[in-house]
Amino acid sequence: MSLIDVRDLARTFVVRRRNGALTRSRSEVRAVHDLTFSIGAGEMVGYIGPNGAGKSTTIKMLTGILVPSSGRLRVAELEPSRQRTELARRIGVVFGQRTTLWWDLPLRDSFELLQKIYRVDAARHRRNLEEYVELLDLGDLLDTPVRQLSLGQRMRGDITAALLHDPEILYLDEPTIGLDVISKGRLREFLRTLNAERGTTLMLTTHDLQDIEALCDRVIVIDHGTAVFDGPLGDLHHRGESRRTLVVDLVDEAPPIAVPGAETRKVEGPRQWLTFPAGASAAPIVAAVAASYDVADLSIQEPDIEDVIRQIYAGG
Amino acid sequence: MLYAAVAVRSFRRYSTYTAATLAGIFTNSVFGLIYSYAYIELWRAAPHAGGYTTTDAVTYVWLGQSMIMTVAMWSGGTTDDLNERIRTGDVSIDLYRPVPVLWWYYAGDLGRATYHFLTRGLAPSLIGLVLFHIRGPATPAAAVGFAASVFLAVTVSFAIRFLVATTAFWVLDSSGIRLMSAILSMALSGMVLPLNLVPGVAGTIVNALPWASYVQVPIDVYLGRHHGTDLLAALGFQALWAVVLLGLCGWVLERATAKVVVQGG
Repeated sequence: MSLIDVRDLARTFVVRRRNGALTRSRSEVRAVHDLTFSIGAGEMVGYIGPNGAGKSTTIKMLTGILVPSSGRLRVAELEPSRQRTELARRIGVVFGQRTTLWWDLPLRDSFELLQKIYRVDAARHRRNLEEYVELLDLGDLLDTPVRQLSLGQRMRGDITAALLHDPEILYLDEPTIGLDVISKGRLREFLRTLNAERGTTLMLTTHDLQDIEALCDRVIVIDHGTAVFDGPLGDLHHRGESRRTLVVDLVDEAPPIAVPGAETRKVEGPRQWLTFPAGASAAPIVAAVAASYDVADLSIQEPDIEDVIRQIYAGG
Repeated sequence: MLYAAVAVRSFRRYSTYTAATLAGIFTNSVFGLIYSYAYIELWRAAPHAGGYTTTDAVTYVWLGQSMIMTVAMWSGGTTDDLNERIRTGDVSIDLYRPVPVLWWYYAGDLGRATYHFLTRGLAPSLIGLVLFHIRGPATPAAAVGFAASVFLAVTVSFAIRFLVATTAFWVLDSSGIRLMSAILSMALSGMVLPLNLVPGVAGTIVNALPWASYVQVPIDVYLGRHHGTDLLAALGFQALWAVVLLGLCGWVLERATAKVVVQGG
């Protein structure tokens, strides 16, 4: 039984535009259409797509704050828009660009309010709070008003806030936006631990593909309101017909290397860039290059997932 | 209990801005002085206007100043937060929570109003007491009635401000509507001039509108102009508007969340 079940989901918005002094035209925009996927308990799924693809619209429908125009939608066997309050107790939501914390209050107060909002019993609340404060290193910040926290600190506070009521599903909307590399790394590590230890299902929308590579076994790519890819991250590469790059440093400058199965894309002094299909093995190409040239160094670059996705968007 | 916790934290939140509170008390007191001298002249020219003695009139002035922030006449309550959160889309966070949005903001506003009543309300009245020897509550019943009436005043004003704030679901910039609402509050609450001075049918109408709950009714209760069943009728008038308007708030919110897009990604 899947935890999130989406079938033929659609949402249209009516856009009214003023044409002249009195006339207005009415047009419908399909923000999401023919969207079908299901997510099982304990999965970590990346939900990605360009701006305006329908990511946020989908999340809003999954959390029940936006009513679908048509289609079937069940989250934890509830119908989100009708059972929004009931569902709210079972999900957590984290926004990179919004905060669920109270701006003027110390972090501790926000957490206490959330305990009351979600009616978490005191012992469980204390246990969870201790654990997350420890894991996310919030101990010194509990008495600091939220407005004085740095973005990274606030984000850790927000994650704690979303998890205090032990949600089964955690939606994360651009959780690492604006964070420095170290904070991003720590956050990803934390989310991995959360998923492994508590079995929390994660659904992550992001523009940072490193988040996806670090966390998600499965990716759903949405474009123009519908899913254009749904599968393991590795399959994206095949789907996008992406290429790996072999960087060859020769001892001396040479004309472009010609070996079977690879194309030479660029030559800069003694360094040359050869590309070959991501699905093919690098071994015969490396062997062929080494057999015919004096090689000082070699390295292989994996295809950039952004390029892969760009190709999907362009092709889709 | 959740709502008590919300109210307490809202109280605390407003109490962190001490400088603003002091500046506000100063402003209220300056206006209290100006109005007092104007009213004294006015009542010298027309003694017992509206059935008030000069002392009543000056008491009216200072209590009126005390009510401005308590009922958030110019705005400045938790409804401002709501308005802003609808505009930016942060209201979606409120909707993700298993708590009714209306009661959440109401509890917060009661916490705010309590803080404003105890500071921006009490302080100017004490200055009025020292400088102009304003009256105390007419009777113990008037004192209790006044407390109830202030509570209902805050409730009615909250409901109206909530309705104004929710217009942001439909119009992108509701600052015009908010300004209009503030002007209506000033004119129709009895803040500028007691509504009892408005003659004829117009007087009957303005005394029946919800804004009369803000200032006119609580002060008349305080001054002991309502006795016995009349006192209950005055409070009932406020309570009726409170119930009607809160009901309307609930309905509007339901419409808004069912139909309207929460703005922003």
